[in-house]
Amino acid sequence: MILRGRAHKFGDNINTDYIISGKYKFKTLDMNELAKHVMEDIDPHFYEKVKPGDFIVAGKNFGCGSSREQAPRALSAAGIRGILAQSFARIFFRNAINCGLAALECDTSLIEDGDELEIDLLTGKIVDHSQGIEIKAQPLPPVMVDILREGGLVEYFKKYGSFQGVRK
Amino acid sequence: MGMTITEKIIAAHAQKEKVIPGELVQVKIDLALANDITAPLSIKELEKQKIDRIFDPDKVVLVADHNTPCKDIASAQNVKLMRDFARKYGISHFFEGGKAGIEHVLLPEEGLIAPGDLVIGADSHTCTYGALGAFSTGMGSTDIAASWVLGETWLRVPESILFLYEGKRKPFVTGKDLILFTIGKIGVDGARYCAMEFRGSVISELSLDERFTMANMAVEAGAKNGIMEADSKVLNYVSGRTSHLSRVYQSDPDAQWREIIEIDVSSLEPQVAFPHLPSNTHSVYSIPKIEIDQVVIGSCTNGRMEDLRMAAQVLKGREVNPRVRLLIFPGTPSVLKQAEKEGLLRIFLEAGGIIAPPSCGPCLGGHLGVLAEGEKCVSTTNRNFLGRMGHVKSEVYLANPYVAASSAVAGYIAAPDQI
Repeated sequence: MILRGRAHKFGDNINTDYIISGKYKFKTLDMNELAKHVMEDIDPHFYEKVKPGDFIVAGKNFGCGSSREQAPRALSAAGIRGILAQSFARIFFRNAINCGLAALECDTSLIEDGDELEIDLLTGKIVDHSQGIEIKAQPLPPVMVDILREGGLVEYFKKYGSFQGVRK
Repeated sequence: MGMTITEKIIAAHAQKEKVIPGELVQVKIDLALANDITAPLSIKELEKQKIDRIFDPDKVVLVADHNTPCKDIASAQNVKLMRDFARKYGISHFFEGGKAGIEHVLLPEEGLIAPGDLVIGADSHTCTYGALGAFSTGMGSTDIAASWVLGETWLRVPESILFLYEGKRKPFVTGKDLILFTIGKIGVDGARYCAMEFRGSVISELSLDERFTMANMAVEAGAKNGIMEADSKVLNYVSGRTSHLSRVYQSDPDAQWREIIEIDVSSLEPQVAFPHLPSNTHSVYSIPKIEIDQVVIGSCTNGRMEDLRMAAQVLKGREVNPRVRLLIFPGTPSVLKQAEKEGLLRIFLEAGGIIAPPSCGPCLGGHLGVLAEGEKCVSTTNRNFLGRMGHVKSEVYLANPYVAASSAVAGYIAAPDQI
């Protein structure tokens, strides 16, 4: 599974209120509407800048705060295909994978805003074509690779019927 | 090698003798909850899959507390979706209207949590129940939907960090100050993926309400769960409330800790977390004069009886500063009734406060007290992120109920002995 897209760079501790503000959360069932407001409080024009298939590249503790699954879902609806961060908050990380949104932990310090990236989800190899560098991401636990491969927890569940796929 | 409380609870629910940090396990759950923000997404997922079975309707809890009393048509539709779902599947623990309160205040009160339980919830502050010696953690709507069908979920066993609190607390230093200070010390990702176990003579002395406050904010340090030993105070609290069997665990003397952090509370002063992170903490006595527009007392962090008593102690016979709106959210209908019985509501009303219904209210910028551009609020809630309570140029300062109430009187951030 190879993904290609542009980097949108953010800093540390990007919380779920920044990803999708609590004030829009009552529209829980309309992800396309929520998508227009992603990252609004820290980058009011973010939605207009995103092209389908783009990546978010961030620092430490991406997705901290609320458990709202609207955060990864709204990012997906906005066109974001994956997130690279130095580290993730655990609920967001799990939600992203469950929604089929790739989330990889790696050293993001050398990636610049607007860089052209190529990511191999299964091997964790990241190529930054703009910088001419290669970065290796932390491998995902097998159960998460399985969920991501199926396109999310719902599809995984349809196929396996339970967490039989939890391997050690 | 021994195990921590968290590892013991996870092992028991995975039907294993032993688990080790980093291991992925499948666990049986005792309870899975969701609220009016997160349940609709879970329900929609199940309906999309045409799944029409729930593993055990008595182990599903639905609480309408975030945008309730429903603030608009969309929130009313969401609660209706929950209500219809609860009726269809015979889910008895569905709380709305005059039965509903803030979920993490309500569930322990209703006897739905016992020591040793494993609870998951589609709300990040599900970690609150660690105060009763239960393992509880937040997840997303899809994970919760899957657990409603399977009665199980998968977990990565967290490493544990032991926090030891010793010394003698100064006046007006509460559980809220211990946890704010701790988050300030380790940072908002200082316990990322870990279990935070709180222990020491100071924890033993804390009231249960203050312990709930501490466990509640474990997630603000990135933790998977916060946990404390179930002592006699806990067992007294749950007896008569719950029909669950209490399973009391203690961490073994040779348990493995990622880190042991000792905190001497003797010099600790009431804390204020400045915008825009809960870790941005200062002593209330060391800050400049910051004029404020609103005070919020309530939430799953500080909406319990002890919290209202602290506020009333300050507000008795005093008046709220004319520049300030004071909003008080008793956590549940029972808290509200008890506050009425103790005469606290009269104190709040005579001081010029507003008594709001049990609800999450403005904590997440939803309703009932949202901030305008440039406004500043002292709040007993748990998050002060940019735009959290309203306008992106508004500010939230987190504090305990003593400081919140004194700030309402002063018109600027202050401790009770400064007004």
